Amino acid sequence: MQQLPPRRIPTRRTFVAGSLLVTVLPLASAQAAPDTMMAAVKEVTGEAAVRPGRVTLDIPPLVENGNAVPVTVSVESPMTEADHVTAVHVFNEKNPQPHVFNAWLGPRNGKAIVATRIKLADTQKVIAIAETSRGEFWSASADVIVTIAACTEDVN
Amino acid sequence: MRKLSVALGLATVFLASLAMAQAGKDQRRSGYQDMGPTLQKMQDDDTANPAMLYVQAGEALWTQKAGAADKSCADCHSAGSMKGVAARYPAIPPGGDRPVDLEGRINLCRTEHQKAAPFGAESEQMLDLSAYVALQSRGMPIAPPNDPRLAAFRMHGGQLFKGREGQLNLSCANCHDDNAGKKLGGATIPQAHPTGYPIYRLEWQALGSLKRRLRNCMIGMRAEPFDEDSEDYIDLELYLMDRARGMTMDAPAVRP
Amino acid sequence: MANVLINAPGTARKGETIELKALIQHPMETGFRPGADGRLLPRNIITQFTATWNDIEIFRMKMSPAVAANPYVSFFAVASESGTVRLRWTGDRDFSAEGSVTVTVT
Ligand code: HEC
Ligand code: HEC
Repeated sequence: MQQLPPRRIPTRRTFVAGSLLVTVLPLASAQAAPDTMMAAVKEVTGEAAVRPGRVTLDIPPLVENGNAVPVTVSVESPMTEADHVTAVHVFNEKNPQPHVFNAWLGPRNGKAIVATRIKLADTQKVIAIAETSRGEFWSASADVIVTIAACTEDVN
Repeated sequence: MRKLSVALGLATVFLASLAMAQAGKDQRRSGYQDMGPTLQKMQDDDTANPAMLYVQAGEALWTQKAGAADKSCADCHSAGSMKGVAARYPAIPPGGDRPVDLEGRINLCRTEHQKAAPFGAESEQMLDLSAYVALQSRGMPIAPPNDPRLAAFRMHGGQLFKGREGQLNLSCANCHDDNAGKKLGGATIPQAHPTGYPIYRLEWQALGSLKRRLRNCMIGMRAEPFDEDSEDYIDLELYLMDRARGMTMDAPAVRP
Repeated sequence: MANVLINAPGTARKGETIELKALIQHPMETGFRPGADGRLLPRNIITQFTATWNDIEIFRMKMSPAVAANPYVSFFAVASESGTVRLRWTGDRDFSAEGSVTVTVT
């Protein structure tokens, strides 16, 4: 075998093609579209302006599996009583729901840095919004390319 | 200009080391080396590697008395005595006539020494305990025993690895020897060295055994996986461990 | 109770900002995934994570199904006084788990 002949190679997509036929429809309709994401963002920001900046969204641009993608959100802030980050909100565009997590913090945290691991169903945009004690909203976004694992066991 | 020459210098060093690596005899790469930096970091940090949750549970099981003998693993073994053990299994147990893998060895202690029921092959307890035992071999070279009785089983494992099977008429070797390093869908085809088992596979969102990993590949080849307790798994594991002889154990590993 | 792994420095200087890391064993079943029989597996996730330092809340997080299985969280805290950092996870099906570490502030 010199080169993998494309048609005969069982990629994950062909393995699960049968099950996808069954599952794609309900999933597709349950997908968070860009507007759904913006609507979810509006829920936390209201009519306030959201400015890009001060937030760093550290997420790998390319991941080998979307089931556990490390994310770190850091916000530039003195984290004092008078001026601190009160919350960090993360949203995504294409999972079935736009919400990822909301974290509430304050001066006791010293640094406005929160890290976790998230699921990304597909290649998509992720957005992080920081809310400050002064009522400002800052944001950052990133695009993540999700590749799909090969040789999996079954329908999932 | 200065910047450019530094960059050129670096490029030369890089090319030189690349050439050296390629000229080196050992071209083997572990699944760890095939992963991107994000996943390598997840594996390297014991406070972030999800497999450590299972290791912790395994450590608790290790000291828990069980069975009619009312003995714990720790009553008969020090954790230190498990160093290197995972790196040399499958092996033939005393009085036995065919090899068992690490899980099989643990179950022998369950039934013979603890007088307790064996753990299920893919049970949480088996994964926890084998992760704890395998961790003791982290950083050690894979060192299959030089037991002449193993040769026939290993050879059978090699035949299983090289023989074509399934609807796609593929062999393990087609992918892992002939096409390692190439992409299959989005995934890089690794060389299939069992350095890190049990692994936390992101695809499973859980810890799983080498048998489970092999089963996934067989399903991928559209071949009928071996029966759960088939000896073929052990023979294949024996072959894979020999093929990875000298490579460094990185259990419990993270894999995509 | 679920397995929990908490990592924090055992000692810290007063006023120092320290990192706290936590892992917990949980499937975080999204509710959007079909099971072997093709039907959706019911949602089973952790919804809430809180941290207190000597019983005063210092951090809270609301999780959605998009948080990965076996959730990992890292955040920071100012070491104000010696005491206990208690972490608590709650979620669907009355899930509840707790873990704590003591930090000595010098
Ligand atoms: C069609 C190509 C293909 C075939 C055929 C195949 N595999 Fe794999 N195998 C893969 C891919 C791709 C991965 C990595 C999966 C991923 O990262 O998503 C893998 C992973 C593995 C691993 C894990 C390596 C590690 O780092 O943990 C082992 C072991 C393995 N395969 C053994 C086998 C055996 C044994 C067979 C034959 C029964 C086999 N494979 C057949 C493609 C293949
Ligand atoms: C009553 C004593 C006893 C208990 C309890 C016991 N073992 Fe053993 N174990 C032995 C003996 C003796 C051997 C050497 C092989 C033999 O004679 O079976 C052994 C061998 C092993 C080996 C292989 C070591 C090697 O160097 O190849 C492993 C791994 C092991 N035990 C794990 C465990 C685990 C895990 C448990 C708990 C579930 C356990 N044992 C409980 C007595 C015990």
